[in-house]
Amino acid sequence: MATLDVYEMLKNTLVEQFEIDPAKVTPEARLLEDLDLDSIDAVDMIIKLQEITGRKVSPEDFKGVRTVGDVQKVIEKLLANPPA
Amino acid sequence: MWSAAGASVSRRVVVTGFGGITALGHDWKSIGARLRARESGVKFMQEWASFADISSKLAAPVQPYELPPNYNRKSMRSMGPVAVMSTRATELALEDAGLLGDPVLKSGRTGIAYGACAGSAEPTVAFGRMAVTGKLQGVTSNTYMQMMSHTGAVNISVFFGITGRVIPSSSACTSGSQAIGFAFETIKYGKQAVMIAGGAEELSVGPTAVFDTLFATSRRNDAPTTTPRPFDKKRDGLVVGEGACTLILEDLEHAKARGAPIHAEVVGFGCNSDGAHITQPQVETMGLVMQLALQDANLKAADIGYVNAHGTATDRGDVAESIATQTVFGRKIPISALKSYFGHTLGACGSLEAWLSIEMMREDWFAPTINLDELDPNCAELDYIVGDGRKLSVEHIISNNFAFGGINTSLVFKRWQ
Repeated sequence: MATLDVYEMLKNTLVEQFEIDPAKVTPEARLLEDLDLDSIDAVDMIIKLQEITGRKVSPEDFKGVRTVGDVQKVIEKLLANPPA
Repeated sequence: MWSAAGASVSRRVVVTGFGGITALGHDWKSIGARLRARESGVKFMQEWASFADISSKLAAPVQPYELPPNYNRKSMRSMGPVAVMSTRATELALEDAGLLGDPVLKSGRTGIAYGACAGSAEPTVAFGRMAVTGKLQGVTSNTYMQMMSHTGAVNISVFFGITGRVIPSSSACTSGSQAIGFAFETIKYGKQAVMIAGGAEELSVGPTAVFDTLFATSRRNDAPTTTPRPFDKKRDGLVVGEGACTLILEDLEHAKARGAPIHAEVVGFGCNSDGAHITQPQVETMGLVMQLALQDANLKAADIGYVNAHGTATDRGDVAESIATQTVFGRKIPISALKSYFGHTLGACGSLEAWLSIEMMREDWFAPTINLDELDPNCAELDYIVGDGRKLSVEHIISNNFAFGGINTSLVFKRWQ
């Protein structure tokens, strides 16, 4: 998955599953403060990303993640590894 | 000024709000008109045609209802249909009571008693699939929140920011009546000023399968509106219904202080159990629960003018209930069963029947039991209201409900004037 594809996939997930206004989704947007996501949404985002990437995601992978761009980097790192 | 601390004096409890989502509409005006028109909410369920093992293809689904914009992804993510209905019915009830947005809701002085047979069906399927396949497909952070038995109670709490006590009353067919009873006692003993009380049930094929297995469902698939037939000689079982109903119970002084509309007073609650058989009703304890409610209300049987029967239209249930009622009241007391219109709304019936009984008392008119054409000679002699209903002005009514496992409840309401 190319960088752009990952970002588009992430944006689609945020818009479709979390009903976030597409205009608000930017690489700099903060998940909690700007997009109004919370801890339980984070769990569902991990579940969704596992489905899409076919990689097992652990909560540690998301430590330090604050923005949409941060999530994108984590996904790209996961995709660099072979599927579980 | 209302204060809970050290409340040693028993407080009077009034009903200040009603809200419901039902098969005959979502307000008394619509529902009352349909009761007067003897209109049944029972339908043939085409979508259940593929369930070959299930004999009864009948149900009474709620009419479509709209949700305001405050029902969004985040506020609804932990809700399945049963929790959505519970919350919306509660919102309508709070609106009726003039309490929507009132600071008392978040003050710790408002609590909730609410129940249903269970949580939602679809998330239960996701966990069932996991048990079989070992895969968590379809399971999210909220799957359990939608499935758990107190999903309605806590979703109401989160949605409205309620910070008082939560009493889940998930006891199948007495979920709604126990909720009202426990809410009544909570206010009576000074523990809360306001209680949100009710029950709900979403429609799914599961409950029909439960009663089908026990040969307790109606199989009149070709004539949906002729069934269920409470107390009728030709009754052949119950029809599962759907709905949610919330009553707002309030400390009388609190209600007066804010100039609230008062619909009725709750004066008595009885609750006991048979301790005998998991499904077979017991006449003695069914009668005893009505006596407990009368004692609680400090009333005599002669003071009650109308009985709202549980009246499921099952073979044994109706016989036992009618005999218990006759034994307690010792006369041909006016009685009718609303399940003839709504089917058996399970977790919702206790609160739904309480609401509509109070409305009927306020209108001095009581709905007939429809489909009661010929009384089963095994049922006791009572004044079964049929035909076009009954003009009747009474001071007190009693509403009875009975659940699997032998839970019995009886609620007494007093006219407010």
